Amino acid sequence: MSEAISSDAQRPAAETGRGLASYWNCFKGIVWREVLRFLHQRERFLSALVRPLVWLFIFAAGFRQVLGVSIIPPYTTYVLYETFVTPGLVGMILLFNAMQSSLSMVYDRETGAMRTLLVSPFPRSFLLTSKLCGGVLVAVLQAYTFLLVARIWESWSWNSSLTRNWQWNDITGSIGAAASAFADNIGQTLFQFGNVDPIWTGYLTLLPALILAGLMLGSLALLMSSVIKQLENFAGVMNFVIFPMFFMSSALYPIWRIKESSPMLAALAWANPFTHAVELIRFALYGQIGPELEGGGRDLTHLMIVIGCTVVFLGAAIFAYNPSKGLIARRGGPGGG
Amino acid sequence: MNSNPPATPSPAGQGSPPALFVENVSHSFGEKKALDEVSLVVPAGKFTVLLGLNGAGKSTLFSLITRLYDNVSGEIRILGHDVRRHPSEALRQLGVVFQSRTLDSDLTLAQNLHYHAALHGIGTKMARERAREALETVSLAERAGDRIRSLSGGQARRVEIARSLLHRPRLLLLDEPTVGLDIGSRESVVGIVRGLVERNGLGVLWATHLIDEISRDDNVVLLHKGRVLFSGTVPGMLAAAGESDMRRAFRRMTGTEEMEAA
Repeated sequence: MSEAISSDAQRPAAETGRGLASYWNCFKGIVWREVLRFLHQRERFLSALVRPLVWLFIFAAGFRQVLGVSIIPPYTTYVLYETFVTPGLVGMILLFNAMQSSLSMVYDRETGAMRTLLVSPFPRSFLLTSKLCGGVLVAVLQAYTFLLVARIWESWSWNSSLTRNWQWNDITGSIGAAASAFADNIGQTLFQFGNVDPIWTGYLTLLPALILAGLMLGSLALLMSSVIKQLENFAGVMNFVIFPMFFMSSALYPIWRIKESSPMLAALAWANPFTHAVELIRFALYGQIGPELEGGGRDLTHLMIVIGCTVVFLGAAIFAYNPSKGLIARRGGPGGG
Repeated sequence: MNSNPPATPSPAGQGSPPALFVENVSHSFGEKKALDEVSLVVPAGKFTVLLGLNGAGKSTLFSLITRLYDNVSGEIRILGHDVRRHPSEALRQLGVVFQSRTLDSDLTLAQNLHYHAALHGIGTKMARERAREALETVSLAERAGDRIRSLSGGQARRVEIARSLLHRPRLLLLDEPTVGLDIGSRESVVGIVRGLVERNGLGVLWATHLIDEISRDDNVVLLHKGRVLFSGTVPGMLAAAGESDMRRAFRRMTGTEEMEAA
């Protein structure tokens, strides 16, 4: 017995938490937890999907008649409002997802799950960045699901509006027609290379833009989660962060449109990092990195602003979560007492 | 190691550092002083009770030890590793059971444990072994595939203990682990942790306000309003207070009339 104790006491301490492989294990574990939690919350998945679709199908369909969008890059022809607003709605998915993960972090902090994350022997900057990546992965999956549904819908509604005049007494008949049209169009959509819809490679070039924009919004949310003291404050986040960020951006209307009514609002929209995230996504959908410059080459403003903001937000968040410098201790901290 | 076995195995002996060493630690939230010059030692292989009422500063002390807050004054060492200068080395030796529930209730026991194994850099294969081993320690091995949601409060606590053991720490901190549990669950949780102290020689710091969780062989640290009023053995505390039972000794030393519970 005594032998057992002494050998146990002298046993090399936990043979864990060293080397690159252990960093990879930790990263994988954190990201996988985010995915698992997301998959287990079906209502979260549904609402994340339904929200932008409602905007697309209802808001955008009604708005189509009101707002003409002129030809501005990256579009080379007149586009329907639905087409214009799609990148903005992808941005919306990223924004909501980021804020939701910030909410879950505040919640984690209140329940203590954040504490168990932070007692891991890995550097906090690494832990927080891993958590951020998990959130971005979930957001990217949602964004692609939305784009798939939107594409199927758009090609269907496009066809049906050409072939028939929608009438109320048509409704019963059209449900059947819609079903078959829907089925037809899935096949059709998969091979369609329209001049309005983004080409398929656009979905590929979109990926880095989604990741960058997701990282930017996620690190902003991470920063906010360190500052928000309690869960109840999330309503405030909705009102003071999500709505202004979303409406005061190029997500719903081009900036030149805003300028017509208020130059100041346009300036604010331009200063809004979310605008640049949306524009980055918009250009990426058409395989472009930014607007074409007159002398050739590309304007990288959107890209640079998104990267710059990510660095600043993430740096500030890591600072805020650092026990010796951060805000947590000074504010009385999570679950104090 | 085999070539030179220690003649008198003493985990708390001079050769090896104590599991936890806290010296002159103070902490304030604004004006309010939560901890005032706190010092204590948790030897390896010893069940040490941190006794105090709610608001005595137990959770603040835990937050400092686990590096949620920075200890700007004094010194905290885990197995000799200063938590400020070598947080990674120190945290690697530390297992924690927090007061609040920290498991994902939608996920299974195994998924929860694998996540926490990953937080310590343990790969999938080893995590599986460790998780099974840890669940056996707390007698929940057959529930590995169940969701946390389906467990009782006491079972969930046992899973949290299992989780805190995955990386084989030398020091275990438990913050009021029996709060809200019925008598049977309390006994089983206390029994499991005492077993770990005896069999594996872990140093345990057990924060509680329940006097009946103290056993005669334990060390006691009495924390009241942020200050350590007494630190030593149970007979030592009785003698210092001049009382025959711990409840009275507690009241005498803290000047409080009634214990909250228990």
